[in-house]
Amino acid sequence: MIQTSPDTRPRSAPHVTIRGLSKSFGPAVIYDDFDLDIPRGEFVSIFGPNGCGKSTLINMIAELIPRDAGEILIDGQRIRDVRFGYVFQNYREALFPWLRSIDNIRYPLKFLNMSKGEQRERVDKLVEYFGVKIDLNKYPYELSGGQQQLVSIMRSLVVEPEILFLDEPFSALDYEMTLFMRDQLQKVFQETGTTMVLVSHDLEEAIYLADHILLLSRGPAEIADFVPFDLPRPRDAGTLTDDTFVQVKAHCLEIFQREVRKG
Amino acid sequence: MRSTRMLPFLGVIGLVVFWYIGVFVEVVDPVLLPSPVDAGTAIWNGMTGGGLLNDFLRTIERTTYSIVIAAIIAIPLGIFLGSSENLYRSVEFIVDFFRSTPASAVFPLFLVIFGVGDETKVLVASFGAALVILFNVSYGVMNARKTRLLAAKVMGASKMRVLTDVMLLESLPQTFVGLRNGVSLALVIVIVAEMFIGSVDGLGYRIINAQMLFEMPDMYAAIFVAGALGYGFNFLFLMIEKRFVHWSGK
Repeated sequence: MIQTSPDTRPRSAPHVTIRGLSKSFGPAVIYDDFDLDIPRGEFVSIFGPNGCGKSTLINMIAELIPRDAGEILIDGQRIRDVRFGYVFQNYREALFPWLRSIDNIRYPLKFLNMSKGEQRERVDKLVEYFGVKIDLNKYPYELSGGQQQLVSIMRSLVVEPEILFLDEPFSALDYEMTLFMRDQLQKVFQETGTTMVLVSHDLEEAIYLADHILLLSRGPAEIADFVPFDLPRPRDAGTLTDDTFVQVKAHCLEIFQREVRKG
Repeated sequence: MRSTRMLPFLGVIGLVVFWYIGVFVEVVDPVLLPSPVDAGTAIWNGMTGGGLLNDFLRTIERTTYSIVIAAIIAIPLGIFLGSSENLYRSVEFIVDFFRSTPASAVFPLFLVIFGVGDETKVLVASFGAALVILFNVSYGVMNARKTRLLAAKVMGASKMRVLTDVMLLESLPQTFVGLRNGVSLALVIVIVAEMFIGSVDGLGYRIINAQMLFEMPDMYAAIFVAGALGYGFNFLFLMIEKRFVHWSGK
């Protein structure tokens, strides 16, 4: 849809580089000298035991919370110099209830130096792209949970981010809505090539969407495994019963259980 | 639907019937308890040339001044204090202490300082209302949903923009709670103040005057009008809130 100029940077260069990252909450050491590369244009799912610091990781990359030590660079830049999107788990508290849904989606464009006309055009394009059937003149609280999260995702995409962070975005939705949203997200990913980093507590969802599954261990977090999953897209319900999927899931589950037992 | 909307009137009718019975069997001296018709007539006569209307308007005027002054001082101050939790914590005790002090207790002090004129009545009422509003606004700002502030931040909003675009709007529902409580309190204080020395008009003056002259229907009339006024103020703020803070409670 959105990015018209092809990305000329080599796809092999990592998009996000994390070096020597450390973070503690009181006595609990969450990260200690942690290194990670997130490949450009890939969909990376983060999965691990509860409290291992999955959300903390993307929150530190997005600078929502400070880190104690270490360096995080996106294309060699600080995150504040990069166009990025962030989708919160709690859409009810992340959207602005005083703005109509369409104005919620438009809000981040205020900080991009665009004329009102350009802003409207950009939003219209996005709405058309999603084929949204909901009335975006309604306020968020007048929409269903799934519709609100859709608005929230559109708000994060309207700036045409280079990288998108998603913190358990579908965990409050019913199963039908979750399936629909996964496929919407996959479609956006396929067509834009935006680097996406998803925190999920649902292993099936994590694998289904991912190019790589980052499995974290507990306290302090380390990379338990970085599992590739390269079934062709678009993936669909059939993917879930594919042999490769089943094998990867079994492998991830094994590592996950090993890490849980360790904790 | 239609039948449930009529329910509130049942209570009113019940009260009037009960009142009539009380008058009929003379539970209290008829001089102390006039009939509902007598009270109603007193309201009608008072509002159509009998002076009640003027007192009613004077009380509205004083209460309005009080709440406006209180709001002008307390809302910006509340936002300022609430935007830094440490700052609010450092003045919290003072706010809570004076908020808990009955405003009527400081009335004689204000009388000494500002004299027996209108200013004193308005200022005491503002004082009481301002603390209530201040407290609510500060809490509204401090309790702004963290996720919403972070959401604005990740979208690139500066600290100032987070304050104007998110915190202010987040605090509005709580601000209206403060305004409604504040106006109720201001009315109470104004009416009490009007009963004091030096008053020449207002509902409080009328009530105390009717009592001294033993004009019971007039006194009941003024009490009911005061009640209606309190109810009306509350209703007005609720309507404003519904119109401008449509997301409240959602």
